[in-house]
Amino acid sequence: MIRVAFAEWRKLRRPTLFLGTMGAVIGFTALINSLLFLLLDSPRGNAREGQLINRGTLELPHGLVTGFSSAAGFLGLIALCVFAANTAQEYTYGTLRNLLVRQPRRITLLVGKFLAMAAFALVSVILSAIVSVSLAYGLSGKAKVNTAAWSTNDARIALLHAFINVFISVIAYGTIGMLLGLLLRSPISSISLGVAWLLVVENIIAAFVKHSGKWLPGQLMSSIAAGGDINASYSHALLILSAYLALATIFVGVLFSRRDVAN
Amino acid sequence: MSSLAISVTDLSKNYGDRPAVSHANFEVPFGTICGFVGPNGSGKTTTMRMLLGLISHTGGTGTILGESIDHPERYLHRVGAMIEGPAFYPALSGAENLRVLATLGGFAVDEVQGLLERVGLGDRADSKYKTYSLGMKQRLGIAAALQPKPQLLMLDEPTNGLDPAGIQEIRELLRSLADEGTTVFVSSHLLQEIEMISDSLVMLRQGKVIFAGKTQDLLLRQQPVIIAKCADPQDLQKLLEIAHNAGHEGSIVDDAAHILATSEWAPTFNKLSFDAGITLSQLSPVLPSLEETFFEMTGDQE
Repeated sequence: MIRVAFAEWRKLRRPTLFLGTMGAVIGFTALINSLLFLLLDSPRGNAREGQLINRGTLELPHGLVTGFSSAAGFLGLIALCVFAANTAQEYTYGTLRNLLVRQPRRITLLVGKFLAMAAFALVSVILSAIVSVSLAYGLSGKAKVNTAAWSTNDARIALLHAFINVFISVIAYGTIGMLLGLLLRSPISSISLGVAWLLVVENIIAAFVKHSGKWLPGQLMSSIAAGGDINASYSHALLILSAYLALATIFVGVLFSRRDVAN
Repeated sequence: MSSLAISVTDLSKNYGDRPAVSHANFEVPFGTICGFVGPNGSGKTTTMRMLLGLISHTGGTGTILGESIDHPERYLHRVGAMIEGPAFYPALSGAENLRVLATLGGFAVDEVQGLLERVGLGDRADSKYKTYSLGMKQRLGIAAALQPKPQLLMLDEPTNGLDPAGIQEIRELLRSLADEGTTVFVSSHLLQEIEMISDSLVMLRQGKVIFAGKTQDLLLRQQPVIIAKCADPQDLQKLLEIAHNAGHEGSIVDDAAHILATSEWAPTFNKLSFDAGITLSQLSPVLPSLEETFFEMTGDQE
């Protein structure tokens, strides 16, 4: 399994993929944090869906990581694309047969690939956290935000919690991408279906069906990243999402281990 | 331990009601080169995929290197394979593609350059795979198959895209591998491409094994033929009579007379035809291909 993970990492560390993805992570994180601090007094809001996060909230200990938590959705979508493309391309390139000749234990192959992509996602989350915290300090002066509470132990704990929650959320997004990649065997199909569902379909359902946010996977991932929100409590979101992913993983795992590799 | 590298009994694969491979039976002894021949769509790749555990079989049994094909994890670390052409990551270099597979298989990464040089890609090791020509991609596929220092090498149409010199190089490479003890199972849709290096042949047609045996058995049965055409096609029957009177049988195929005789008799045949008032427009002594010989033996012209 470790050999599979290292082999997969060789593909993931390719400069255009690695630097391109990390560039996108830095860009999105910087954009979200900039909007958060620079539009602090804007009547149009400075956060997701026009929400207003005021100066008083940002001056609390967890204000340090507000921007980082807000970036979780974008980090998740990037992870979904990377996991889906990297899985489905084995079918489109025909390279899956090479991999299975060298590692015939199919579940081992899947787990190894997942570990490597999870490591890739971890790097992106660490990078996003560093950029977020740096920008929070850098922009606090211009936004007239008092950072005294950010140096407290509570702030460090908030940072740790936010990091874990964002990472779980990103891994959940990535897992969905990988499952779609295995199921659809096409990078374009799996990415477009995943993004369309999470960004469009779920938001439409959430807007029209009351309390649906408690059951929709994309909404649950947002709840986890935020440590619980108005849609669902943290424990509820974690439990339901884990159940969804476990069922989907079992289904796709059985399918992958039994399906003929004929391309 | 069995003396057979590959042994299959009644191996079958059906897609719904359509049989892709039907009750295949053949054996490949250790240390030999076995040509796996059949037209496109005859089931060669499907058979190889079953032997590598990539697709399930719907009937029959088989063993590879003494292990059941139901447990590919027990033998694939001793098998090198290239199935249905080379397949690699376009954005990675040839060397990096091999390093991915070396890492995955637990093989020495520092042997990659040597492998690339062995297949003639040493100077293009760091070029991206997507910049390779078809022949270079094929060579990279063969290099990947050689990574595990295989006891059994399975190559599916390895000469596709290669020029004549490249084909010759591959033949020499396969021969040298067999001489070192590697069993080579190599498929082609052109028998003439591999007949000269194959110790044995498995011929497949419409999913069925129609011949499995030593190449030598077919070679011994090859009958030289003189192909003759004449200015007036109505004289073809007279040509057969001339040959028959001289002790050689023949038949009319399309617009030519095919006479079973060696090339040495061709001048005599030419003179006899001339004396009979027949002007020949073509006189060609040929040795039929092994495939033609096989069908001549079995009487199957399909």
